[in-house]
Parts: sequence; structure tokens; C-alpha cells
Amino acid sequence: MKKLINDPNLVITEMLDGFVAAHSSSVKRVENTTVVARKNAPVSGKVGIVSGGGSGHEPAHAGYVGEGMLDAAVSGEVFTSPTPDQVFEAIKAVDSGKGVLLVIKNYTGDVMNFEMAAELAEAEGIQVDQVVVNDDVAVEDSSFTTGRRGVAGTVFVHKLAGAMAETGASLEEVKQTAEKVVQHVRTMGVALSPCIMPSSGEESFELGDKEIEMGIGIHGEPGIEKKPLVSADEITDEMVERILPELELNGNDEVAVMVNGMGATPEMELYIVNRKVHELLAEKSVTVSHTFVGEYMTSLEMAGCSITVLKVDDQLKELLDAPSQAPAFRI
Amino acid sequence: MNVNQTAAWITHYNQHLQDQKDYLTSLDRKIGDGDHGINMARGFAEAAKAVEAETFETSADVLKKAAMTVMSKVGGASGPLYGTALLKMSMAAKGKNVEGDVFAEMFEAAIDGIKQRGKAETGEKTMLDVWVPVLEEVKSSGFDAAIVEETAQKAMEATKDLTATKGRASYLKERSKGHLDPGAVSSYYLFVSLAEALKEEG
Repeated sequence: MKKLINDPNLVITEMLDGFVAAHSSSVKRVENTTVVARKNAPVSGKVGIVSGGGSGHEPAHAGYVGEGMLDAAVSGEVFTSPTPDQVFEAIKAVDSGKGVLLVIKNYTGDVMNFEMAAELAEAEGIQVDQVVVNDDVAVEDSSFTTGRRGVAGTVFVHKLAGAMAETGASLEEVKQTAEKVVQHVRTMGVALSPCIMPSSGEESFELGDKEIEMGIGIHGEPGIEKKPLVSADEITDEMVERILPELELNGNDEVAVMVNGMGATPEMELYIVNRKVHELLAEKSVTVSHTFVGEYMTSLEMAGCSITVLKVDDQLKELLDAPSQAPAFRI
Repeated sequence: MNVNQTAAWITHYNQHLQDQKDYLTSLDRKIGDGDHGINMARGFAEAAKAVEAETFETSADVLKKAAMTVMSKVGGASGPLYGTALLKMSMAAKGKNVEGDVFAEMFEAAIDGIKQRGKAETGEKTMLDVWVPVLEEVKSSGFDAAIVEETAQKAMEATKDLTATKGRASYLKERSKGHLDPGAVSSYYLFVSLAEALKEEG
């Protein structure tokens, strides 16, 4: 497998160096860490927002650091949660005294490492709270599983909690907004091809030439079902049908839509999917207030996409429209 | 177990992880995300280096050093879980001669830590399905390193028939059956390494 890298052991640090070089006017690297923070962090009078996770999801998460979104993002190894000490460094870097909200994707490792970091921060007297994003409808949410995964819907949590924090809201208020987004956002993903880990050089799962994997997460793990490849409309239909019943949408409801490429999907295909998503929503008389098509939460070079639907009200729409300077989400 | 044997436990374990890195990763690719061997090998290489670089007074100090290194170098789910297990064993061993019943106290403390951190119980196809049978064996028949290794091996093999309800493998539900749990396998090597270390003179 061909990859444009120097050394598999250096991919994270070299990527972060390049990221900071590209956006040096707005972000900085916290020294000797894998933390990217706003250049002016901590921002006084504002709740800090920290997210992060394994690498390989670019532009997540560092791409969402900037005014209007995150204060800092922590990068772990590829598809591996960052360690507690790194998350702790991010918390310290952004705490202005008004508290810090951790936005965690619901994966076992992420939850454990971020919780340990929160314990370290609390021990130093920093006020920390957390929200766990679990928007993936592919996975059953029951006591017999770890629960639903956090996937592309996390970007909406970053945006809306970030916008709320800019208003000077308290930690509790920012958390409430984040929770509201989590309650109203759902995602479903599909893969046309697996991804390849830089460290092992191996495909993350096996998929035949004419097969797709429905219900994938964002870490190259297999999905819930292998199926024969069918048309974009049929695949989109199945995905949307999994999402919509969860949101209990009525004729007068409004939603924001995100069609997210997994890393190797041409925009052409994403727009073809988006066309069908809009058609299906129109059939149900659901209004689309905002649409985002592009790469927001990828899985290295996986081909495929995810569809995210966020049910919005006036407050969430206003927060979506608020300005953002984050390199990967400028509004 | 004297202080040198404790250090040997960590260095032997690291050796096993380096040797079995690809095997563990291939197990994880089937029911997880395919990085268990890579993460464990990276973290414990650092832990072995840290343990070798210093002279320690007690076994508890060695385990604490290993725990802190693992927590900051492994990441994922394995880092907090193995880090917690080592740290709890260090706390249970503190101020004691590590022999006989103290092993049971250490394993029990580790298990409590793993359960709490991972919010898991036995029978969920996790590392606990190796640790708990080992503890039960030590509690009922006393500590014997060879028997601990044997018990760990049987328990590790038995995870093949379990259905995962925790961790990333839980998303596969029934599809997780028929595969060994990677965390159970890496835990098995920890007990193999313990038996090897105890055979050394120290």
C-alpha cells in the first residue's frame, strides 16, 4: 500500500507541525504535547471546550479549533484515544477559570482517558464537565453493548457548544446546549472500501469488489452488515430510513444535514447522496435549514460516507449561523 | 517476588508483546479496530525502558513506575485498563513481602480497578475473563506460578465462545463469537511473564 508518509511512528507529530504551520495566525501547539489550542488560549471570561480522539479523522479534531468552536483538540495515535496526561495538558491550556467542557465520542478508550484527565484536573481545582456524543444509529443502544458510537454528529456538538461558549454562557449552560445537540443528532455510515493503518499497512477489514459495509464507525472497525453494492439512491434511502424514525420528525420540523466523506469519496458522489437525502426529507415535508457536504470526520482513506441529521429549533439555528474561524468549519 | 523479579516481569512481558505484536493486532482486526498489539507494544517498550533505567527499592515501586508509563504511553482502552491494573497491584503490594496471599490481594485490587474503569463484569469477553479465573484459582489453592499460567491459558482460550458486550467488539454482537478476545490474550501473556520472572534468581 502506498502512503505519503516518512515514518509511521512520526505521522501524528509531523501532521500537527504541518497543521500549525498552515494556521499559525490562529492556533498553536502546546509544547511537548499533541495538543493544538487557540493561539490566544485561555480566552478570559469564556468556558473552554476541549475535544479530541484518535488521529486519522482529519480535519477532526484540530481543524475545529478556532473562535466559535473548540479551544483545544488533543490528538492520539491513529484511531487510538489520547492519553490522560495529554488531555489534562489541553484542559490546563484553555481554562480561564470559567471551567472546561470535554466533548467525548462514545468509544470505550476515549471515555476512560478523558474521565481520567477530568479527575486529574479536578484534583487541581479546575472545574470540568463532560458530554458524551453517541449519534451512530447503526449500533444498538442497550445495556448489552457499550452504547452507540460518537461519529460525525460530534462536529455539530463542537459548533453549537462552541457558539454558546462564545456568548459568555456558564459551563452548565454550554453543557446543556451540547446535551441538546446530542439528543437531536443521528448519523449512519457506509463503507465502500476499508482503510489502511499507517502502522500495520493492513486493511482494517475485508470487503469484496462488489460489497459494501453498512453501519461502519470511524475507526476502520467492521460495520453491522456486509451487503452487495447497489445504487447511491438505494443506499441513501436505507441510511435515511435508519435515521429518521429516531428523530420522530413531523411535517413542520426543520433539520440540518451533513453528508460526510470518509476520506476517499469524490465530492461528486457526496452531492449525489445529498440530492437523495433532500428528496427523501422533502417527501416527509421536513425543511432543511442548513446543509454541509464535504469531509468533516474521516477514516483515513476509507471510501464511503455518513449521513447526519440534526433536528434544529430557533436556538440551534442561530448557533449554527454564528461565526466560526475554525479552519475546517468557517462560517 | 523480589524487586528484580518484578522488574523482570515487566521486561519479559514487553518481550512477549514485541514478539506477539502482529498476532494481537490480527486478533483485534477481527473484532476490534486492529491496533491492540501496536499500542501495547509501543507502551510497554517505554515501560520496560523506564523500569530498566532506574533502581527501585520495592516491587510496589517498580509496578508504580510501569503503571504511570503505561497510562501516558499506550492510549486507547488498553492504556487506562493496564495502567489501572498495574497501579492497583502496586498499591496492594505496598509495604508487603510479595508472596502467597499478597498475590491474591494484588490481583483482586487490579480486577476491582479494571471493573470500575471499564464498567465491565466477567463473561463480557474482556481481559476480566482471564484475570477473574486466575484470582479464583489463587484464592482456592494458593499461589503457584505454573498453575496461574495454566489457568490463564484455559481462560484465555475460553473467551472464543463468549459474545462481547463491552468494548468495540460489542458492536459486532454475535459476530464476535468464535474469536479470541485480544485483551484476554494480552492478559494471558502477563501471567506467562510472571511465571517466567519468578523462575529467575533475581
